[in-house]
Amino acid sequence: MNTLPRAVDLGVIGCQVCGLVCRNVPGDTQWGGDGVDDVMACPRCGSTLHRRKANSYARTWALLIAGFILYIPANVLPIMRTASLNDIDDNTIISGVVELWVKGSPDLAVIVFAASIVVPMLKFLALSMLLVSSQRGSDWARPQRAKLYRLVEFVGYWSMLDVFVVSLLTALVRFSVLSRVEPLPGVIFFGLTVVLTMLASISFDPRLIWDGRNTDD
Amino acid sequence: MAILEHATRNMRAPAPAALLVCEHCDTVYRRRPLERGEVARCTRCGAELDRHRVLTTNALLALILTSMIVFVQANVWPIFTLGLNGQYRATTLWGMIDVMWQQDAQVVSVLAAATLFFFPMIKMLVMGWLLWFARAGRRAPGFAPLMVILHRIGPWTMSEVFVLGALVAIVKAHTFFDVAADPGIYAYGALTLLITIFSGVDMRQLWEQTPEPGA
Ligand SMILES: [Zn+2]
Ligand SMILES: [Zn+2]
Repeated sequence: MNTLPRAVDLGVIGCQVCGLVCRNVPGDTQWGGDGVDDVMACPRCGSTLHRRKANSYARTWALLIAGFILYIPANVLPIMRTASLNDIDDNTIISGVVELWVKGSPDLAVIVFAASIVVPMLKFLALSMLLVSSQRGSDWARPQRAKLYRLVEFVGYWSMLDVFVVSLLTALVRFSVLSRVEPLPGVIFFGLTVVLTMLASISFDPRLIWDGRNTDD
Repeated sequence: MAILEHATRNMRAPAPAALLVCEHCDTVYRRRPLERGEVARCTRCGAELDRHRVLTTNALLALILTSMIVFVQANVWPIFTLGLNGQYRATTLWGMIDVMWQQDAQVVSVLAAATLFFFPMIKMLVMGWLLWFARAGRRAPGFAPLMVILHRIGPWTMSEVFVLGALVAIVKAHTFFDVAADPGIYAYGALTLLITIFSGVDMRQLWEQTPEPGA
């Protein structure tokens, strides 16, 4: 038997916003990612209490898929145009990383690569894996999956790096016809991808990892 | 101090006081006082449950006030200057937001304004307001809704990402232009440091540290 009681077993709910522990409505036993959620307000902060975040699976999948769809043009389309007197140069995220690498800043190239490519890919793969394994009620590697979710939450917003780089260069490189930098649609798609994947990781409920079958206790 | 409350509607017995529920896996713990510098972790999932607050309310308030001053400087002063054939251009954060709007990247412009200006500003103002009253052991007017706002905007402040972005932009521009760092970038560096310190503080402890109105 597991000696660690969970809130659902004890009939209490912890408020996700303020941390207050509230007693559950008696006789109301339905819960789960896509289950019916009774509307109860936290008596202390007024937020809605959820045993599990409302429609966590459907919402997270929708946001994640939308983010992935926008991630394609974000990578294929150029994010920035550098125009000088005799030449126009359009950069995608990847070509920007390559350029940093060959121009002698391999360390920064690695950082930009991590923020713009590795972090978004990690979010897509990790959240999909967490969704599938939790929906199947799997008890595989639960502590590691919990840790993975916290990592995704922690690094998620660093992807905005390239968006800020393009914005700063656009604002600064404005020397009439000699040299100009303009943002191109790729950067807009990329910014939206970051927002959608952040919303996806917020709408995933990590408590779902621990629901479902238990073979270890 | 003790919380004896229960959810609304048809409830008889209140929830036991001083329980703690792990947000990440729903495991229930009994709250206990922590040693100095101690961090309580969930034994099931490893998430942080509770943390002893090292900074006093006064120290935290001082930190927030300092951050506000640095924040104003970071936004008013130019970040860095580029030079080309004797022509120079500098920009501030708002200069950048303005240019992106005019360049048909309104989405980016709004994102930058929200994550680099409005959310950090709201966060500091709200924390300052709440701590000012907490210093006297009281709950500030609007305490509950403000605590909820603080919780919601938590993940959406990105000043530290912007500092790294400025660094990358400087290196990229360096190949073609003369680059000079301006005071704004230093203010941003200092702001990042301050934000790192106070973002580790769990403001939710104010719920326990200040009495309920009418209690
Ligand atoms: Zn609450
Ligand atoms: Zn836990």
